[in-house]
Amino acid sequence: MSNTIQKFPVLTVSQLRCSQSSQFQLNNISFDIVEGCCVGIIGPNGSGKTTLLKAVTGYIPAKQGNICYCNHSIESYNQKDLSKEIAIVLQSTELDQSICVEDYILLGRNPYKKRWQFWESEHDLKTVKKMMKFTQIESLRNRQINALSGGEKQLVRIARALAQEPKLFLLDEPTNHLDIAHQLQILTLLNRLKRENNMSIMIVLHDLNLASEFCDTLILMQHGTIFRMGSAKEVLTYQNIESVYHTTVVEGENPISKKPYVFLVSEDNLDLSKTQSKHITENIP
Amino acid sequence: MNRKAIKWGITISILLTILLSVCLIALSMGTMNISIDQLFWIFFKGVDSIEYTILMEIRVPRILVGIAVGGALSLAGVILQAIFRNPLVEPYTLGISGGAALGVSICIVLSLNQHYALSLPFFGMIGAGCIIIIIYMLNALGMVHNIQRLLLIGVMISFISNSLFMLIISLSKSEQMHSIMFWTMGSLEEPNRLLVYGLLAVSLIGCMIISIFSSDLNILSLGEEDAFYLGLNVERIRNVLLIMASILTGFSVSISGIIGFVGLVVPHFVRQFIGSDHRTIIPASYITGAIFLILCDLLARTIIRPMELPVGIVTGLVGGTIFIYALVKK
Repeated sequence: MSNTIQKFPVLTVSQLRCSQSSQFQLNNISFDIVEGCCVGIIGPNGSGKTTLLKAVTGYIPAKQGNICYCNHSIESYNQKDLSKEIAIVLQSTELDQSICVEDYILLGRNPYKKRWQFWESEHDLKTVKKMMKFTQIESLRNRQINALSGGEKQLVRIARALAQEPKLFLLDEPTNHLDIAHQLQILTLLNRLKRENNMSIMIVLHDLNLASEFCDTLILMQHGTIFRMGSAKEVLTYQNIESVYHTTVVEGENPISKKPYVFLVSEDNLDLSKTQSKHITENIP
Repeated sequence: MNRKAIKWGITISILLTILLSVCLIALSMGTMNISIDQLFWIFFKGVDSIEYTILMEIRVPRILVGIAVGGALSLAGVILQAIFRNPLVEPYTLGISGGAALGVSICIVLSLNQHYALSLPFFGMIGAGCIIIIIYMLNALGMVHNIQRLLLIGVMISFISNSLFMLIISLSKSEQMHSIMFWTMGSLEEPNRLLVYGLLAVSLIGCMIISIFSSDLNILSLGEEDAFYLGLNVERIRNVLLIMASILTGFSVSISGIIGFVGLVVPHFVRQFIGSDHRTIIPASYITGAIFLILCDLLARTIIRPMELPVGIVTGLVGGTIFIYALVKK
């Protein structure tokens, strides 16, 4: 705890209220993200996770409350300057154009383009090359993006956002539709960014176990508010998950990392699990 | 030096060379054929000859109008297809041509064109201008929340103005009907020199202004939301480009009539060969549009000479065939 206090808060959200549509709104959201920290956002579908990410970028304007990036309200930033600081990888970005991977990632350099600049600078090309190397997609350089596989597309999206050289990186379910190897690859990548570049990361995840494994802090959301916030041990408890997701789970522990692990239980075995859940938890090595 | 810049230079110079040769061919062919080596001689020495008069009074203005209109319509097509992210949008989709047609038909029915030569394009511009203002106001006042809805509104405006146009035709006398119909089919003939130069200036300046926004168009074609995250002021850029496309279309339509298919086919064609970078697409489309329209016009005035076909018919036939070919090949 002592070193988190010394760290500089990159993002401060206080009393945020905002809405994307008339039926749904975020309410009373407050939290901090410190430098080099990974915050995982979990919660059921429609609980406002994506809306929260979009509010942080300023795409959905706040109706009440404040979002401060480096102690300045994000509204006081010029949109172009803000996009040098905060980058987002959306789930809905479709890579359906016929454009080669390198040119696509180069578009991520747009915030750094000067007013009358027509061609990219050497520095832009170098940065893009670096990001492609970092995400291990150098071999895809000249491929068309609409012909890539799902995992490759996700890496390309991430590389484009990284080309913005952000200090706060937002990701909306980056591991969706990916096999476990790709899931691991992406999360390891994020871990490296955090450690080596001191980047702050805010990530929406559906997989509670991945969230437990890779995030320093978890935010559990329900109906547009924060239900619980804290370390994985504090958030991923049997009671919290049951009251938010209305499902029964069994708590456990990852044998290697000793972080909490959640086992899903099918309804057929529900009666059995209720009686034995305590027993199972104790027996897991 | 940037490798892309070199590639850009090569592409544009090749296209310019083609444009130049097409212009020479179009100058030499017609009801009266003049061989290409004679052309230079006539331009510099034969000021008093019939050939000189034919070239300077008929063929050169036609080619200039062809460059201006072909370029302007193709550019408008490129912009609208990028803004709406829809490959089927063309400059006339937003109803600008319908507005111009309405203005011109009112002018003809009221017999205003007999007193003053400029009244036909003038009324065309008023008609197109009204539609542009309606669309711009709807967009700028934030009454259209979704850009796709703006497209639908444009289509509806187009339907309404077309119906009004039909109404006016049905009320007109038969000789008026003939001149309205002839205008609708499009022609590159423009007797007024001032209008020719004016149109060329508008279309070239438009091309330069749009070129400034070409990187922004690349970002915009990722979609509005992604463009926002990349620091683009989507609203402002879109308004500027929408206005530019409308002005280019409005000027072209009111002077040359409705020449279809250029704004739809040329951007597709260019994209297929050149890729998706608007920095190249924009000048390349301009030049390709000019080449295409000059060639179509050449066909229109030589195929059944000494008679002449309306150029709109030729662009439709040729453009449609090329389009189908490109789609099947893909």
